[in-house]
Amino acid sequence: MREIRTDQIIEAVREMCMETNYDLGSEMLRAFEEALQVEESPIGKDILHQLIDNARIAREERVPMCQDCGMTMVFAELGQDLHIVGSHWLDAINGGVRVGYQEAYLRKSVLNDPVHRINTQDNTPAVVHLELVPGDQLKLMVAPKGGGSENMARLKMLKPSDGREGIKQFVLETVSQAGPNPCPPTILGVGLGGTFEKAALISKKALFRPLGAPHPDPDIAGLEKDLLQAVNALGIGPLGLGGRVTALAVHVEVFACHITSLPAAVSINCHAHRHKERIL
Amino acid sequence: MAEAKRISTALSIEVVSSLRSGDRVLISGWVYTARDAAHKRMHDLIERGLDLPFDIRGQVIYYVGPSPAKPGRIIGSAGPTTASRMDAYAPALIAMGLKGMIGKGARSREVIQAMIQHKAVYFAAVGGAGALLARSIKEVEMIAYEDLGPEAIRRLKLEDFPAIVINDVEGNDLYLEGVRSYRQEEPKETW
Repeated sequence: MREIRTDQIIEAVREMCMETNYDLGSEMLRAFEEALQVEESPIGKDILHQLIDNARIAREERVPMCQDCGMTMVFAELGQDLHIVGSHWLDAINGGVRVGYQEAYLRKSVLNDPVHRINTQDNTPAVVHLELVPGDQLKLMVAPKGGGSENMARLKMLKPSDGREGIKQFVLETVSQAGPNPCPPTILGVGLGGTFEKAALISKKALFRPLGAPHPDPDIAGLEKDLLQAVNALGIGPLGLGGRVTALAVHVEVFACHITSLPAAVSINCHAHRHKERIL
Repeated sequence: MAEAKRISTALSIEVVSSLRSGDRVLISGWVYTARDAAHKRMHDLIERGLDLPFDIRGQVIYYVGPSPAKPGRIIGSAGPTTASRMDAYAPALIAMGLKGMIGKGARSREVIQAMIQHKAVYFAAVGGAGALLARSIKEVEMIAYEDLGPEAIRRLKLEDFPAIVINDVEGNDLYLEGVRSYRQEEPKETW
């Protein structure tokens, strides 16, 4: 059986915490350039230029692009034929977060719980989702999630009769209510189906898809296109000051559901759409 | 697009009254940082009839919790946080003479009312542009609540810090007006 050591996990997570916060990545920079072609609002264009400058400064000077360095989300896909040797794998992930946030001068924004609200001082624990998959590798996806956009997420148990139109109205209502708060232009993850928690989980995981890559099912891809068009017709624009570009992409994920159900969840990510993945 | 207006803190009634929703400004001079936890402490002081950690008259509060400064730097990334979390506390501070707030996102009716009544303005800076905005911060001094870490009250000396007037003394709101001008009932194009 193939083996990896937990110190390899620590190192991978440490590095991804740093790199996600310093380097926005080419897919977002490309999306900003494309947005500049479409945006009509002068203030909106000015903001997009500032975001491009900001990403360049962060990358060159190795400083976080946003002072909110997020709560660390980790999606782990563990091959069932892989053996992890060393400490507890979850301790290794949190160890990577601890070292990464300290060494990279990232802001520690995590509290021990929402009632006592005491800062843990090292940005741990991360929110970790583990999926057991075929194979003998471990895929780690790391994304620092800022509070401004996370607070705008919503979930609703729609009625099956609400259908496609109901889904669209719920997404539009969510984006309208969020307005400027999630730092548009945003990326929307829409999770449809499953149960209450499954819809939320797949909506979040949808954010990790390569930006704007359509869903493999043409019907779902069509829904993504419709939703993006409708969201951008809201006029919210960059930073909510009015404009054509409110979202850069809508990613929809679906899962089986009960005959009585239509769970719909919307996760929102800000324009600091930070995520990296590594296979061990 | 019109040229940005250069303004300096502390803000006088005249300067505050001359600003209009949609104006781009470059702010220079000292401002104070405070966010959720610092506002809660200031609120408790007001309730107990005690003095605030600084004289608030004519001042500007920047809603920011910077990331830690790297060695050789005075501050880390320092973009605005969501202002609505401070809405519960802002009207009392405005009534005491606070003249400006820098943040992101819309304000409540109560805060907008207080800005009209006592003549104050709300500016938005570009959320998520913390690396860029930190370049306009030239000095940092700790003022109070150091135990709050990123949430402590600091005094920042700004130089040409870029912001946009959202709410002015007449009650205009750029978030409402900006979005209204670009809203399409029937989407015109696929993007």
